[in-house]
Amino acid sequence: MRTLLQQSIERLLADAVTPDVLRAAEAGVWPADLWGKIEELGLPLAAVPEDLGGAGASWTDIFVVVRACGAAAAPAPLPEAILANSLLAAAGLEPPESGAIVFAAGTADAPLPEVPWGRHAKWLALHDTRTGRIALHALAEARIVLDNNVAGEPRDTITLAPGSLVADAATSAATDAVMLGGAMLRSAQMAGALGRLTEISAEYANERVQFGRPIGKFQAVQQQLAVLATQAAAAVAASEAAFLMATPNTEALTTASAKAVSGEAAGKGASIAHAVFGAIGFTHEHSLHFLTRRLWAWRAEYGSDAYWAEQLGRTIAARGDEGLWPLVTAAFAETKTDD
Amino acid sequence: MLDQFGPPVLPPGLEPLRADVRAFLADWGSAYPAEKRALSWMGFDADFSRALGAKGWLGLSIPREYGGHDASPFERFVVNEELLAAGAPVTAHWIADRQSAPLLLRHGTEAQKQRYLPAICAGEMYFCIGMSEPGSGSDLASVRTKADRQTDGSWLLNGRKVWTTNADRCQAMIALVRTDPASERHAGLSQILVDLTLPGVMIRPIKDLSGHEHFNEVTFDDVRLGADALIGVEGDGWAQATSELAFERSGPERFLSAMTLFRCLVGAVGPAPDARQAVEIGRLVAWLISLRSMSISVTAQLASGQDPVWAASCVKDLGTGYEQETVEVAMRLIDSLPPGAQATTTRRVLAIVQSMAPSFSLRGGTREILRGILARGLGVR
Ligand SMILES: Cc1cc2nc3c(=O)[nH]c(=O)nc-3n(C[C@H](O)[C@H](O)[C@H](O)COP(=O)(O)OP(=O)(O)OC[C@H]3O[C@@H](n4cnc5c(N)ncnc54)[C@H](O)[C@@H]3O)c2cc1C
Repeated sequence: MRTLLQQSIERLLADAVTPDVLRAAEAGVWPADLWGKIEELGLPLAAVPEDLGGAGASWTDIFVVVRACGAAAAPAPLPEAILANSLLAAAGLEPPESGAIVFAAGTADAPLPEVPWGRHAKWLALHDTRTGRIALHALAEARIVLDNNVAGEPRDTITLAPGSLVADAATSAATDAVMLGGAMLRSAQMAGALGRLTEISAEYANERVQFGRPIGKFQAVQQQLAVLATQAAAAVAASEAAFLMATPNTEALTTASAKAVSGEAAGKGASIAHAVFGAIGFTHEHSLHFLTRRLWAWRAEYGSDAYWAEQLGRTIAARGDEGLWPLVTAAFAETKTDD
Repeated sequence: MLDQFGPPVLPPGLEPLRADVRAFLADWGSAYPAEKRALSWMGFDADFSRALGAKGWLGLSIPREYGGHDASPFERFVVNEELLAAGAPVTAHWIADRQSAPLLLRHGTEAQKQRYLPAICAGEMYFCIGMSEPGSGSDLASVRTKADRQTDGSWLLNGRKVWTTNADRCQAMIALVRTDPASERHAGLSQILVDLTLPGVMIRPIKDLSGHEHFNEVTFDDVRLGADALIGVEGDGWAQATSELAFERSGPERFLSAMTLFRCLVGAVGPAPDARQAVEIGRLVAWLISLRSMSISVTAQLASGQDPVWAASCVKDLGTGYEQETVEVAMRLIDSLPPGAQATTTRRVLAIVQSMAPSFSLRGGTREILRGILARGLGVR
């Protein structure tokens, strides 16, 4: 399933996500065409079990989809929709058949800040922090205050309208399921973006000529590109591990590690890519910033690297020196939990 | 290239083995001090290596007919990561188990396999790697030590190797030497097995900056080797030596060398860290978990017969940087540790690991050389 998913999502995004589409999205245009194709392939329901209308893909399969969205800077909430639908399904609720769905944690009677793609979404999966229940809300009547992250992606404040509740149910999801799930998604998106950044930086280094030769001939540039690649590889491996260990109760240790490592890698990687591209990469005209600004944004969302490092540090310190290594090996259990 | 990192899946069924190794280490090491554990895979203890051999934990991936255990690379991974995490003294057998045995298995004659592999698996026979020379460090293809074939088929060995870890405590060296006197660079090199007790072999220990003696200068003055000293194919030395690099560069020893320091630090900080301590420690944990997953992923590729040299170089570059970063973190936290025995031990261990840290990104190929390999893999050259 993984290879199949990877091929179809990569093909779809390669065709549908052009610089023009990205610019239009940043100007507030909803890429309806792209979203239509995403729904045609049933991707928002990929992680939902078959008896609830989904494809029953494992999180290891989902990883390649989310990573591909990051690599393409896809201007649509597919990662969010996959997680939102899986939260609903885990609580036994049937996900909506169509229309963009996103997620948030909070309460139905208070404004929900920084909801990704809020203005374009039809549905919201709300993890109620007061009752611990998962609820499906319709957003048609919701009050929406527009805002964007540093990449120009919608991050709106939503106040639900009375009567927006469609269904709700108890859930066994962790109290911070939204924070963890969001961190897991963003780490895989960063891994994807860093991978793409490595490719285009290496290509550019072979093309751009200074001092009579491609800048890739200079060891200083080669060494920088190597560092970019290792950071990208670390982000890929860290987030792959997080998805591998993502049982219904998302494993906190691997997800925290993935977000911490990918976030740090995003900072280093984006800075190297900008060094390699020089001034042209600093222009709005060039498409480098579609990736680098997203890396900056995603690094900050659902907990920065320092936030997750602190959580991890407290967990480890509480276990003490004797607990450190057993915890590290248990973070990454040996039996594959392929749900 | 990034595709060389697949899902880091450890197959099921390894937990009993891990539990055995942990129990053994708990028994063995209750009195083994942190200052010795700090040496990590530079700690030498032949009794310990023999005990591991007796447990069946050496030569795990070597076939049974040669004294090995026909086990998977994952079993080897688990045993080794447990040994390293505990700071066990593994250096005696380390190179023989990691490199020499697989090399002999792959390229050795039947007689060589019969002669050396069982002793390696028993933890009784130790090897060193004779690659570097005074004039050949990163530029390994410039080696000048030569073995001249005599009319009776034997070899006459002359030249000098340097930085040879454990040469003074090993029985044998696998050396990369020039067997075609007219050759240059990568051609005309062969791997040759040198019995270090032979006449004409002179071993001079070299003190490292902290006063420890673990590496050596080894001089060969008309050393006569039998015709059976050649390993593999004459002239194929370069290819043979580099084909082991993925094994050498991706293992847990590339990110666990400073593990004892990290453990001490966690203990000394105590159960209720302040925010700064928590962030520093948590960041090291995050990278540790991630590097481990990269290393498992490379092990999986190796197990399926692939040759992920690029990914292995990646693990070594990141992993050795991580080990050195552990020292930096300890430096940043050292003044904040609550006074007591654990803080004192941590200071001592820090001094030891700090003195070893520069070598982490030199031995086994320097950081700059690795990054050159990584860049070439990206198509930049
Ligand atoms: C603790 C320790 C144990 C060792 N054990 C062994 C052993 O058992 N057996 C063995 O054979 N060797 C061993 N070595 C040697 C090790 O393999 C070499 O140190 C290493 O290959 C580098 O060679 P060098 O020290 O001569 O440095 P040099 O090659 O002289 O390099 C010096 C500096 O120049 C840089 N440099 C060199 N060439 C390039 C280039 N083309 N591009 C960019 N930068 C470059 C290097 O990266 C480095 O920063 C050991 C070394 C240490 C420190």
